Amino acid sequence: MFSNLLEQLIAETTLTSLCHFVPELALSATIVVLLLLRLCWSIDRWIPAYVTALAGALVALGFSGFQLLNLLDGRGELSSARVEVNGGETSLRVASDVQTVRIVSGASDEVAINPGEIIVTVSGGDGAASVGAVLTFLNGDAAQKTLKESGQRLCAVMLAGSAETKLPKDGISATLESHQHFGGLLVFDQFGAFVRGLLALFLVLMIALTVLTGIPDAEDGPDFYTLLFGATIGMMLMASANHLLIFFLGIEMASVPSYVMVGFLKGRRESSEAAFKYVVYGAGAAGVMLYGISLLCGLLGTASIPEVSVQLGAMLSGDGFSTAEARTALLAVLMVFVGLAFKLSLVPFHFWCPDAFEGASAEVAGFLSVASKGAAFALLVRFSLALTGGIEVASDTLAGVGVAIGVIAALTVTFGNLAAYGQSNIKRLLAYSTIAHAGYMLMAVSALIVIQAAGSGVAGFDVAGNSERCVEGLLFYLFVYLFMNLGAFAVVALIRNETFSEDIDSYNGIGWECPVLCSCMAICMFSLVGLPPFGGFWGKLVIFASLFQAGHIHWFLWVLLVIAGLNTVFSLFYYVRVLKAMFIRPRAEGARRVDILPSMGNYALLIAIPVLLLGLLPNSVTELARTVSRALFE
Amino acid sequence: MDPLIFLSLVIFLPTLGAIGLLAFNSKAVDAMRFYSLIVTIVTLLLTFQMWTEFNPDIAGLQAGGKAIDAANPVSAEWISGWKINYSLGYDGISLPLVLLTSFISVFACMASWSIKKLHKGYFILFLLLESGMLGVFLSLDFFLFYVFWEVMLLPMYFLIGIWGGPRKEYAAIKFFLYTLAGSVLMLIAMLMFYFAGDTFSLPELAQLGQGRHPSGATMDNWSQLTAFTLLFIGFAIKIPTFPFHTWLPDAHVEAPTPISMILAGVLLKMGGYGILRIAFPLCPHGAHVAANWLVAIGVISIIYGAFAALAQTDFKRLVAYSSVSHMGYVVLGMGVWQISQDGSFDHWSMGMNGAMFQMLGHGVSSAGMFFMVGVIYDRVHHRDLNQFGGLAGKMPLYAGLSAGLFFAGLGLPGLCGFIGEIFVVLSAWNKSAVLAIVAAGGVILTAGYILWTMQRVFLGPEYKGPHGEEITPINAREATVGFVLLATAILLGVYPSIMFDMMRGSMALLVESLEQGYQVAEQAVNGTASLTK
Repeated sequence: MFSNLLEQLIAETTLTSLCHFVPELALSATIVVLLLLRLCWSIDRWIPAYVTALAGALVALGFSGFQLLNLLDGRGELSSARVEVNGGETSLRVASDVQTVRIVSGASDEVAINPGEIIVTVSGGDGAASVGAVLTFLNGDAAQKTLKESGQRLCAVMLAGSAETKLPKDGISATLESHQHFGGLLVFDQFGAFVRGLLALFLVLMIALTVLTGIPDAEDGPDFYTLLFGATIGMMLMASANHLLIFFLGIEMASVPSYVMVGFLKGRRESSEAAFKYVVYGAGAAGVMLYGISLLCGLLGTASIPEVSVQLGAMLSGDGFSTAEARTALLAVLMVFVGLAFKLSLVPFHFWCPDAFEGASAEVAGFLSVASKGAAFALLVRFSLALTGGIEVASDTLAGVGVAIGVIAALTVTFGNLAAYGQSNIKRLLAYSTIAHAGYMLMAVSALIVIQAAGSGVAGFDVAGNSERCVEGLLFYLFVYLFMNLGAFAVVALIRNETFSEDIDSYNGIGWECPVLCSCMAICMFSLVGLPPFGGFWGKLVIFASLFQAGHIHWFLWVLLVIAGLNTVFSLFYYVRVLKAMFIRPRAEGARRVDILPSMGNYALLIAIPVLLLGLLPNSVTELARTVSRALFE
Repeated sequence: MDPLIFLSLVIFLPTLGAIGLLAFNSKAVDAMRFYSLIVTIVTLLLTFQMWTEFNPDIAGLQAGGKAIDAANPVSAEWISGWKINYSLGYDGISLPLVLLTSFISVFACMASWSIKKLHKGYFILFLLLESGMLGVFLSLDFFLFYVFWEVMLLPMYFLIGIWGGPRKEYAAIKFFLYTLAGSVLMLIAMLMFYFAGDTFSLPELAQLGQGRHPSGATMDNWSQLTAFTLLFIGFAIKIPTFPFHTWLPDAHVEAPTPISMILAGVLLKMGGYGILRIAFPLCPHGAHVAANWLVAIGVISIIYGAFAALAQTDFKRLVAYSSVSHMGYVVLGMGVWQISQDGSFDHWSMGMNGAMFQMLGHGVSSAGMFFMVGVIYDRVHHRDLNQFGGLAGKMPLYAGLSAGLFFAGLGLPGLCGFIGEIFVVLSAWNKSAVLAIVAAGGVILTAGYILWTMQRVFLGPEYKGPHGEEITPINAREATVGFVLLATAILLGVYPSIMFDMMRGSMALLVESLEQGYQVAEQAVNGTASLTK
C-alpha cells in the first residue's frame, strides 16, 4: 500500500512535475557546473565563469519561453469538431494538435489520434453512449482547463451532427487535472510561467551587463554567479508558490544570496554596512512573516494556498471582525504582508532600500530593484487572490484590506518621490524611485483586492474583467519596468566605470560626450516618469484605468488615482534633474573625456529600444499580459 | 494617395527629416540649416496640398476631399485590445491651425540661424517638435491626441533648457511641470470617457457627450461637468489663462527666439484647439454650465495680461504678457454661449469664429513680435526697454517692419489682430454689455503698452544702451521673415474670408451640435425631475 503510494508519487514527480520546472533545474545545474569547474582542475581559469553562467541562463530562458508559448498554444485548439453517424457507430472527429487522449471512463471503443485530428468512435447504440466518456486531453495544463468551455462547444457540435440523439447540454465534460505539482507545493500556470520567463530574461541581460562592466572579476566570478542564480531560483519559486511553506522558503532563498551580493564589494565599508542593515531588516521581517504563517496554519489547519483561500473566504465573507478566529486570521494576514512589504520596500519597511542600493554595486542594485520586485509582486498577487478567492458575497473586511493597501501604496509613492528630490547620489535617487514604483504597482493590487471583495454584489460590474485589467496592468508594468529600470542602472554602471563616480553632479555635460548612452538614459528616465511614447506610460495607463474602475466599488480608489496622477508630476522633477545634468549643465573644467566602447552603447540601445517599442506598439505584450491574467480568473 | 498615408506623411515628414539629420557631420552647420529649412518648406507645401483638397462644403471631418464616416474611415488599428485606432483627419477648425503650424515652423527655422551651439541636436529636436504639433491637430483619436500632446513636451524641454537664456533650467522645468500637470488631468478625463463610451474615437465620444450615440450610452451631467473641468484646466494651462499663466513669461523669455515664435505662434493655440475639439464637443452640458466662468476667466486674462505687460521693462516679457492678454479673447469668444429668444445662435457662432480667428491672427503677429525682439537682442544682447531708443534712425527697415507687426498685435483695423478682437467683443456685447466694455478696455490698454514700447525702442534721438556699435541694419534673411509675416498679417486683416470660408461650415456644425447636445442633457434632467415629481 505504502510502496504503491510512494511509487505513484515518484512517477508523478518525475513524469509530470519535474518537466514543468526545467528552467529552475537548468539554473541549479549551472550552479553545480560553476562550482565543479572551480573545484576540479580549476577549469574556470580557461573558461571564464560568465560563459558558463550565460549559457545556463540562456538555456533557462529558452525553456521558460518555450513553456509559456506552449501554455498559450494550449488554448482554444478544439476549434472544429464534427460527428459522423455511421450505422451503429458514432465517431467524433476533433481537429487538434493534442498529442494524447486518455479516456478516463465511458463506453468509447476506440480512440485514434492522427496528426492534427483525434477521432473518438463509440459503437453500439446511439451517440448518447458517449455521454459517459470523460476525455482528458493532455497537452499542458491550460489546455485541460480551457476544455471546460471547449467541451461545451464539442457537445453542441455533436448535437448538430446527429439530430436524433439526445445529448444533455453538458454531455462531455473534461476533468480538470490539477496544475499543482510536488504534492501541491508548487503551481504551474500561465501567470507563473510569465513571471519566470521574465526573471530568466532579466538574468540573461544582467549577466551580459556584468560581462561589460566586469564587476565580479575573474576570481570572484563563480561565487557571484552562484549567488545570482540561487537568488533567481528562489524568485522563480516565489512566482509558482502554492503553499505557505514554499512561500516562505522562496522569499528566504531569494533574500539570503541578495544579502551577500549587496556586500560583494569587499573592502568597501559602505558595502558591508549596507549588507548588514539589509540582513537585520530582512531577518526581522522574515520572523514576523513566519509568525504570521504559523498563525494562519494553526488556525486553518492547512498551509496549502487554495485550501487557505477557501477557508478564509468563508471566514471573512460576512462581518469579518465578529469572531476571534477572524480577527486572528486578519492579524496573520497582516503579518504575512509585512514580509512582502519588506521585499517590496514599501513604506514603512523601506529603510534598507536606499542604503543597500548605495552600498551595493549598481549591477546588484539593478537586480534587487527589478527581479526581486517582480517575484514579490507575483507572490503578492497569488496571496491576494487566495485572500479573496473564496468570496461569494461582498466583504467589507476585505474591501477594507484593499483600501489599507491603497493607503500604503499612496504613502509609498509619495514618500519615494519626495525623498528622491534631495538625493545627490544617483543610486540613492534610483532607490527612492524604486520605492515609488513599487507604490504604483501596489495600487494595482489594491484595486484588485477591492474589486474582488465586491463579489457579485454590484450590479452591472464586471468583476472578472476588471480584475483581469488590474493584473494585466501589473504584468505589463513589470515587463516594461524590467527594461527601463535595468537600463537606468546599466547606464549608471557603465558611466561609473569611466568616471569612477556616482554623483549626479559628475554627470554634468557628459550627454554630448557619449550621446548614445545618455539618450538611452533619457528614454529610460522619461519612461519611468510615464510619458508617452515610452512603455512606462502604457503600464501606468492600464493601472490608472483599473484604479478608475475600482473607484466604482470604493471611492477611495479615485482618491488614489488622483494621488497617483499628482505623483507622476512630482516625479518628473527628479528624473529630469539627471537629464539636466547630462545635457544642459556644462562639463566641468578639465574633466577627463568620457569615452565608452561601442559595445556598451549597443547594450544600452538593446535595453532602451524595447522601452520605446513597448510604448509605440504595446499591442502584443498587452495582449499577452491579458491572456495570462485571464487564465488566473477562469 | 490614400488619405491616411498622406496625412501620416505630413505628420512624420519632419521626423524622417530629423532621422536624416543624424547622418550629417556636426560641423556642417550651414548644410544642416538649409536641410532643415527645406524639410519644413516641403511640409508647408504638403499642408497647402491639404488645403487644395479641402472641401468647404463638408462641415464635418474630412480627408482627401471626402467626408470621414463609417464608409470612409481614415484610420488603422493600433492597439486592438483597447480599441485604440490611429485615425487622422481634419475639418475647418483644424486645417487653419495645421497651416499656421507649418507656416510658423518655416519662419522659425529661418530664425534659427541665430542658434550658436550644438546645431545638430537643435535641428533634430526642432523637427521632432513640428511632428508633434502637426500630430496634435490631425489626430481624431483621443489616445493618439494625448500621445502627440505629450511627445511635444520632450523636445520643447530640451530646446528651452539647452539653448535658452540665463534662467533656462528653471523656465524649462516649470513649463514641463505645468503642462504635465494639465496632461494628467486630461488623462483622468480620458479614462472617464473611455469607460463611458468604450472607445477613444473623438467623433464617437462627441456623439456620446451630445446624447446621440448609436448604442444609447450617455454620460450623466455630473460626470460631464467633472470631465469638462479636468479638460479645461488641462487646456487652460496651455492657452494660458489666468491663473494658470505663470509658466508663460518664464518660458517665453528664456526660450531662444525661434522657440519663442513656436511657443507663442503654435503651442498656445493647442489649448484653444483642445477646447474646441475635445472639451466642448465631448461635454456640452458641462461646457454650458461653465460658460460664465469661461467668460470671467477670459476677461480677467485680458485685463490682467495687459496691466502686467504695461509694467514690464524686459522687451520679451512684455510680448509674453501681451500673449496672455490676447489669448484671453479666445476664451471669452468661446464662452459667450448665449442663445437668442428665437433659438438662433448667431452671436455665439460669431464669438466662436472670432476666437478661432484670434488664434490665427495672434499666431502670426506674436511670432512676428518675438522675431523682432530676437533680431535686436542678437545685436545688443539685452532687452531692457529703458536702454533702447533711436533704433528707427539706425535700422529703418527693421523699425518699419516691427511697427507693422506690433500694430497687428495691437489690433489696428486692416491688420489681423483687429478681426478676431472685434468679433469677440461684439459677440460679448450680446451676453453682457459690461463685459464687452471691459474687454474693449483691454484694447485701449494694449494700445497703451504697445505705443509706449514703440516710443521707447524706436523713437528718441539716439541709442544709448550697451553694444551700440554692433547695431547693423537687418540682413536679407531677417527681412524676409519680417516681410512675409507682415504681409500675412495684412492679408488676414483685409481679406479675413480666406480663413472664415474655411472654418465657417465646421464652426456652424459645432455650435449647432453643442446646443443640441446641451438640450438633450437638459431634457434628461427635466425628464428625471418630472418623473420624481
